Amino acid sequence: MWLVLTTTVELAFVTTILLILLATPLAWWLARSRRWWKEVIGAVAALPLVLPPTVIGFYVLIALGPDSPLMSMLHPFGIRTLAFTFSGLVIGSLFYSLPFAVQPLRTAFEAIGDRPLEIAATMGAKPFDRFLTVAIPMSRRGFLSAAILVFAHTIGEFGVVLMIGGNIPGKTEVLSTRIYQLVESLQFGEAHRIAALLVLFSFLALLALLLIERRIGDFKP
Amino acid sequence: MTIAIALDGKVGDRFSLQVSFEVPSHGITALLGPSGSGKTSILRALAGLERIAGSICFNGQTWQDGSTFLPSESRGIGYIFQGEGLLPHLSIAGNLDYAARRASSGPFDRTDIIRRTGIADLLGQRPSRLSGGEAQRAGIARALISQPRLLLMDEPLSGLDSDARTEMVEWLQALLGEIDIPVLYVTHDHGEAARLAVRTIHILNGRAEG
Repeated sequence: MWLVLTTTVELAFVTTILLILLATPLAWWLARSRRWWKEVIGAVAALPLVLPPTVIGFYVLIALGPDSPLMSMLHPFGIRTLAFTFSGLVIGSLFYSLPFAVQPLRTAFEAIGDRPLEIAATMGAKPFDRFLTVAIPMSRRGFLSAAILVFAHTIGEFGVVLMIGGNIPGKTEVLSTRIYQLVESLQFGEAHRIAALLVLFSFLALLALLLIERRIGDFKP
Repeated sequence: MTIAIALDGKVGDRFSLQVSFEVPSHGITALLGPSGSGKTSILRALAGLERIAGSICFNGQTWQDGSTFLPSESRGIGYIFQGEGLLPHLSIAGNLDYAARRASSGPFDRTDIIRRTGIADLLGQRPSRLSGGEAQRAGIARALISQPRLLLMDEPLSGLDSDARTEMVEWLQALLGEIDIPVLYVTHDHGEAARLAVRTIHILNGRAEG
């Protein structure tokens, strides 16, 4: 049980860190670009919201399999496949939780408006400086929301981890797949304990989100 | 001594701007005109905040033409915005520090500017806590601490009530009369222009009239 819990938390933690780093430039571009086709990219980034997790899992599994073009490029480095590995789980989770990072960040960046960035420009701040010193601090609620959502969503994912990870004990088994395993073997008591833990965790994550929404610790009037 | 400013171009599909004028090297030049006449667009184009399809020259230097676009942060301008003109996530002291850290050397001393703008007691406050007049004084302080060579003011008194306006006009007269850079001051108020400006340029349909 302890190993399953640490694998689950580690997966959620790594996914959250990587996804915040990857989603930030994408969300910034979606918020600031005036190109009409940005919504095509926006729709692609939001696809995991509506796609069945097994579909995402299936395609990522194919992409991480030994015969895929992606993995062929990694063969010279001694990597044949990432399917059924922790790294594979992380990659799958990045796709699965992408909209949960992009959407709050994009909304936060859009809410800044042009004025603060213009003020900073007239004080001599260059674009990247403005991004670091104005956009990021003014969007901290969005970053917190994105981090909580991605973490909670990754903790609760099932279809993707089952497809890519294969539920290998000690390696790719996480809490949600453990419940499935326990129910299959009719161990309802243990399944109840893990399920209750996830209910409590989800409640606390949502409560934190709502408190952030109420602008706790925010600078706005 | 005067400084020549020329601007010739189109703002989107809306209207064309075509102005060429000389401003005194210190003191206020008012750009006076009715709403929608293009005053703010001229100011924003000069600041590099709005791209025009055309050219802008300031004192013999090309800020923009077909192949050049000098970004706002490289033009050495100070800009006083209509309404909110401070970074909302920083205190007033934080705003002044932000400007000072990015400024080249120049004539405006931070301590002196704080004294002259009367914001010493406001330094620890957030912009959202300030009244309209206080916010504009703090905005002017942060613009001057940027060591601008041209100060652009876009209807800085528009959000104030009439008492605060009267008080601010007197205060601006005293402050801006002493500083040694050209100031372009956009307003639609003839009285304000008459009291503050050493020169008034009338703007109509994006063009300087008279």
